[in-house]
Amino acid sequence: MSLWQFWRTHATEFLTLLGQHVMLVGASTLVAIVAGVPIGVLAAKRPRVGAPIVWLANVVQTIPSLAMFGFLLPLPLVGGLGARVAIFVLILYALLPIVRTTTAGLRSVDRVLVEAGTAMGMTPRQLMRDVELPLALPSIVAGIRVAAVIGVGTATIAAAVGAGGFGEYIFRGLSMVDSTVILAGAIPSALLALTIDGALTLVERGLKDFSAPRRRGLQAVAVLTLIVVAGTAAVLAFAGRGRTSVIRIGSKNFTEQIVLGEIVAQTIEARTPLRVERRLNLGGTFICDRAVRSGDIDAYVEYSGTAQTAIFHQPVETDARRVFAAIKERYAAAGLSLLDPLGFENTFAMLIRGDVANRLGLRTLSQAAAFAPSWRAGFGYEFLQREDGYPGLARTYGLHFARPPTAMDLSLIYRALADGQVDLVAGDATSGLIDAYGFTMLVDDRHYFPPYDAAVVARSPTLLAHPEVKDALAGLSGRITVADMRRMNRAVDADHRDPAEVARTFLAAKR
Amino acid sequence: MSESGRASAIEFRDVHFSRGNLPILRGFSIDIAAGETLALVGRSGAGKSTILKLINRLLLPDSGDVFVESRRTSTWDPFQLRRRAGYVMQEVGLFPHLTVAQNIAIVPRLLGWEDRKTAERVDELLELVGLEREGFSSRRPDQLSGGQRQRVGVARALAADPPILLMDEPFGALDPVTRAEIHHEFRRIQQRVRKTVVLVTHDMAEAFALGTHVGVLSDGVLAVVGEPAAVAQSTDARVRPLLAPLIEATAVLGNSR
Repeated sequence: MSLWQFWRTHATEFLTLLGQHVMLVGASTLVAIVAGVPIGVLAAKRPRVGAPIVWLANVVQTIPSLAMFGFLLPLPLVGGLGARVAIFVLILYALLPIVRTTTAGLRSVDRVLVEAGTAMGMTPRQLMRDVELPLALPSIVAGIRVAAVIGVGTATIAAAVGAGGFGEYIFRGLSMVDSTVILAGAIPSALLALTIDGALTLVERGLKDFSAPRRRGLQAVAVLTLIVVAGTAAVLAFAGRGRTSVIRIGSKNFTEQIVLGEIVAQTIEARTPLRVERRLNLGGTFICDRAVRSGDIDAYVEYSGTAQTAIFHQPVETDARRVFAAIKERYAAAGLSLLDPLGFENTFAMLIRGDVANRLGLRTLSQAAAFAPSWRAGFGYEFLQREDGYPGLARTYGLHFARPPTAMDLSLIYRALADGQVDLVAGDATSGLIDAYGFTMLVDDRHYFPPYDAAVVARSPTLLAHPEVKDALAGLSGRITVADMRRMNRAVDADHRDPAEVARTFLAAKR
Repeated sequence: MSESGRASAIEFRDVHFSRGNLPILRGFSIDIAAGETLALVGRSGAGKSTILKLINRLLLPDSGDVFVESRRTSTWDPFQLRRRAGYVMQEVGLFPHLTVAQNIAIVPRLLGWEDRKTAERVDELLELVGLEREGFSSRRPDQLSGGQRQRVGVARALAADPPILLMDEPFGALDPVTRAEIHHEFRRIQQRVRKTVVLVTHDMAEAFALGTHVGVLSDGVLAVVGEPAAVAQSTDARVRPLLAPLIEATAVLGNSR
């Protein structure tokens, strides 16, 4: 699909994402201005009080944004999925440049002018308002410009916590391995940054030129502010509407999860009168688990082995029934219901290129271990860390690679293997790309991997309040086979079809 | 409090002031009558600016007293005091983000004057310092020449009609021709407004040109003070070296004749 076609067919969604993106950046920058300028003034006038605040803003700036979302998600007030936590994080990032340039702007005001103002009988407050701030304004606007441009970039990460914006397309494109979709989000995001940069550069220049009528620059600032405020108010009003009787469905950030999220969401929409809100594409197991526990989402699809090891930190076990029963009990204790398995299992698939497998006659992991020393491996971040991931696998099969495995995003792994950048990856057994790229999945002949039965995890209070949801979801158990899942994944990943549409086709066929 | 019975506008009584360990003033005393133009001469670093800052309470003395209108400066509200003492300095210090008219209107605005009264006053002052209203009131300081800027500086200092005018090397940065011109202007203005003026300068010629009284500052005390003619006759060893260049200039003119 060409970029134009994509934008044309997704016009409404595109506008929504644009609105969300502008709102995220606008709201956070505004708050950062309101908070940052006074802090900057304080730092310039009372260094002893201001310095620690500037130091703190510095430290905040060094925290990677995704990590920051992780820290803040479980917190009360600012935490939780959606725009609120995203705006909070963006404010923190926007503060430093604004505080810095405010302080620098005030310090650069000619001492002679301050002395002249003082000698004329201006009070410190009048001096600040009539002399120092107006003269520091170009510098402050430069800081706002930097903050806003950084904000546009950082806001793309906000899609990982369900705040929307152009990051939605970028993450979706990454998980679909579809560069068109990535570009559909990346290009407008870059253009937005350039537009804001250009507009504020003009304002800044207008302010520096004292001879020109200053009113025009100030008017531009006023109009810009007004637009942002109005937009923010509208979006917030919209978002705040009817929080009751909405069922929120989440998913992790890879194709299969998004398709499953759609299947769950569409099933509820079809069988109940309830409104469904989609919080798909959330940044990983940890965030989904936090979200369902805190009530930010009502349900998502989890895998039994993942729950056993990554969520409940239990030792790896291989008996599927025992694992399922154990985690169902643990979930129940946390106020969550694990519904019956959907029917397929998505274990980790150790993949190599098909031609390599044929040439060397490799079928199992034990056979492959002999060749590993001359190979490079690429694993997802979770797989590298998880107890049921690489560390145990290496012990079980005595795996050693040419160099330590490369950590890469799940969405990039298949292409990296196909392109020959790595020789062995850990993918999903249900990935449609396995067939599309002609990869060979090595058999886990020592039965290292635990069972990964897919099943819906839902908040028990939600199911009690809406028994019809429980009934609707019960209809899904045992209905999705491995073949179904691979076909749907392939439809999205290889044929670039829309996940929602793939889910709809599947449900229609099963009915 | 003043020996001669004239109204005393400003009085220093045995004022000591140090910056860190460096003594600037060591027992400085002077009595400045209302309406007088006192030109204080001294070398750079002699404490001339310090004296001005002690008058408008930008500084307070370490010991001794400074009186303005018979009140100790320490008992004045500093902001009220400063609004009654116009301040002109060498760098002028016009605010670059304001027009000429807005610069002049600063103190009237601080005093809460009505807009109409302020506007009238600005026009009056532009006329007083010899700048036409149409051409100048809406210009920015960076569109003015050095001499024009200094005139605006004087207008700004006079804006709220303060009884006192403090001038810190006001014309030091101007070229000699412009300076001569503005000296003439200043005398004309002073004849009209009759302020108590304290002007500090390192240039004895300027002091003689502008002052109704001339004082010489040396080693933190007042070496001599009096009318220009009297000071010119001074035999004080601290005063002669400052007078020397003037005498030489006169001598050169005399020889060439």
